[in-house]
Amino acid sequence: MPQNTARRAGRRTTRRFTRRDIAVLGALLGLPVLLDVLIVWGPALASVGLSFTSWDGIGDIHWVGGDNYENLVQDYPAFWPAVRHNLLWIAFLGLVATPFGLLLAVLIDRGIRFSRFYQSVIYLPVVLSLAVVGFMAQLLLGTDQGVVNTVLGNEQDPVDWLGDSDINLWMMMLAASWRHTGYVMILYLAGLKSVDPELKEAAAIDGANERQTFFRVTFPTLRPVNVIVGVITVIEALRAFDIVYAVNKGRNGLELLSVLITDNIIGEASRIGFGSAIAVVLLGVSLGFIVTFLVQELRGAREK
Amino acid sequence: MSRRTLLRGTALGAGAVTLPALLTACGDGPGGDKNEVTVGSNSSDAVPKAAFAQAFKAYEKESDKRVKVNTTEHNEFQQNITRYLQGSPDNVFMWFAGYRMQYFAEKGLLVEISDVWKGFRGFSQALRDQSTHDGKQYFVPYYYYPWAVFHRKSLFEKQGYEQAGNWDQFIALAKKMHKDGIPVAFCDKDGWPAMGTFDYIDLRLNGYDFHKRLMAGEEAWTDRKVKKVFDLWRELMPYYQKGALGRTWEEAGQGLQRRRTGMAVFGMPHPGSQFPEGERDDIDFFAFPEIDPQYGQDAVEAPIDGFLVPKKSRNVEGAKDFMKWLGTAEAEDAYLKGDPNNVAVNEDADTSKYSPLQKKSAELVAEAKQISQFLDRDTRPDFAQTVMIKALQDFIDDPKDVDGLCNRIERQKKDIFSTSVS
Repeated sequence: MPQNTARRAGRRTTRRFTRRDIAVLGALLGLPVLLDVLIVWGPALASVGLSFTSWDGIGDIHWVGGDNYENLVQDYPAFWPAVRHNLLWIAFLGLVATPFGLLLAVLIDRGIRFSRFYQSVIYLPVVLSLAVVGFMAQLLLGTDQGVVNTVLGNEQDPVDWLGDSDINLWMMMLAASWRHTGYVMILYLAGLKSVDPELKEAAAIDGANERQTFFRVTFPTLRPVNVIVGVITVIEALRAFDIVYAVNKGRNGLELLSVLITDNIIGEASRIGFGSAIAVVLLGVSLGFIVTFLVQELRGAREK
Repeated sequence: MSRRTLLRGTALGAGAVTLPALLTACGDGPGGDKNEVTVGSNSSDAVPKAAFAQAFKAYEKESDKRVKVNTTEHNEFQQNITRYLQGSPDNVFMWFAGYRMQYFAEKGLLVEISDVWKGFRGFSQALRDQSTHDGKQYFVPYYYYPWAVFHRKSLFEKQGYEQAGNWDQFIALAKKMHKDGIPVAFCDKDGWPAMGTFDYIDLRLNGYDFHKRLMAGEEAWTDRKVKKVFDLWRELMPYYQKGALGRTWEEAGQGLQRRRTGMAVFGMPHPGSQFPEGERDDIDFFAFPEIDPQYGQDAVEAPIDGFLVPKKSRNVEGAKDFMKWLGTAEAEDAYLKGDPNNVAVNEDADTSKYSPLQKKSAELVAEAKQISQFLDRDTRPDFAQTVMIKALQDFIDDPKDVDGLCNRIERQKKDIFSTSVS
């Protein structure tokens, strides 16, 4: 039967598609597009609409205009810290964790001893969900019973790793980096493997030292990987929700926009309008970052 | 394989994956069976879960009906309650008395059970009030647990500590404990344990009526009276154990059990479930100390848990029959056999098997002139959840800026209370 169809299909090369092909293709392409509009863009636009209303999820929806945004900016004490923390996450992952992942990838790519071992160990945390990383961080950093404080033996004056709002954010970003680094490393390792060794040789012949070779030759050829890593870093930073929620519900120093949205929308009494306003802010921040980044990278690629 | 078979295969495969999910989403749940009552339970902890199972078995025996329990982790249950009640809820569900119940009654999500209440005996007027909204009953109270200052009897004897009757004695006691290297236990990582202390200082300083009005949004948080609450609370802060915001209530309870801390403002199950069975007789408590003699120790914070029937219940008749039984003293006895950390609400319940702690709790509440629930049960849930948790944590983090704190709470309160509940 398959052979039969194959022959038939072969004979009909002049006709592009049968009606059935179009129907099937339409279904296969159309359905995802439809789902994308229904599940992604529909709710996104609905959120924008809802952000101008007051609604508790049960009763009537009241139009309140820009009140939600006004309350958000002026009266909601968690808002500005959350914005700050979100930007800090992007900065930390982008400037610390991602470069560190690149460094590890370069080191491993140079074929140091036991590189396979390091590779798998560093990659291992990537299989964990960020929430699990959060639980592990709590076992390590708990005030009274955490491993770190037990090792430090400071029972009288324990360091409050998770409760002190000056420390806990950094601890969480470190814990998240533990996972993020492995992720970035694997992506760069794959990229580095595909760099043509002749390029490096040529650079060496031209008298470039290793640093120059890396920054002038190898790194620019990694551009496609850079784009992916950049986007992943921004996305990972913006959706860093699980870990802070697992630790202290994203309160007391761990506020993030995503947490505030959940806090307001999910729960016994929802402030869906107000939560939507926060969601719109997060949407704006995400789009801002992703679009700027992509435009820059793509423009750069075209200029090459 | 040709392109077309590949396409067909993909389409079929995609259908095979999505179709069942779509079908189950449309399908009706169970619920037609009149001999079965389903219960939505938030009792996910081992001790109460087993105790409820015992109680429901007793009902099954008596009525030859079946009880099917659907347990959800309690935080998750709480988070999803609105959607749960609007979706396809169980015939009966567990919930809390007071404003938390009234809120859903106001929204029209509950079945009125005034007819069931007509047959009830052994419930005080205070309990009836806590089960009533707009003159109609919606709630069957089942048990409660008082909040007080809990401590180890043996530690108090060994150190020569005396239970405090008023605020000065309380501060002196805390100071002494702190000096001895066993500070006062404190925790608020979960966001709610500190609410108990706020409630009690407010109740003792400003009285029950003010507290109730404050919770209802009728008093200003910028009032001198509220600021005084925080000022008093700040006097206690230096004697607390450090790192409250990184400590869960379980950890604080264990610290009390290990004699690392001297006392804690808690609800009865909190130390109760952290003490091994052999040491439970060593738990003792005293009522939160008096601050203003005018109000004395009149009010007791005693959250009541119980049962309700959702409007969308598919078996209201069976649910009501079940509720009728749940309101009896025997039903409460059946539960309390398995859970020594709570106290029955029904006056006719069998108290002969109570532990000394349960007996003392029952007395404390019986002598109370007013019963409050808990901050997050006495005010609008949206206010408690999005404003008060953060406000109290901010206060614990930086107790000095009371003016700024009260202004921030008041501004948010106005935003939230400006939208009506119904």
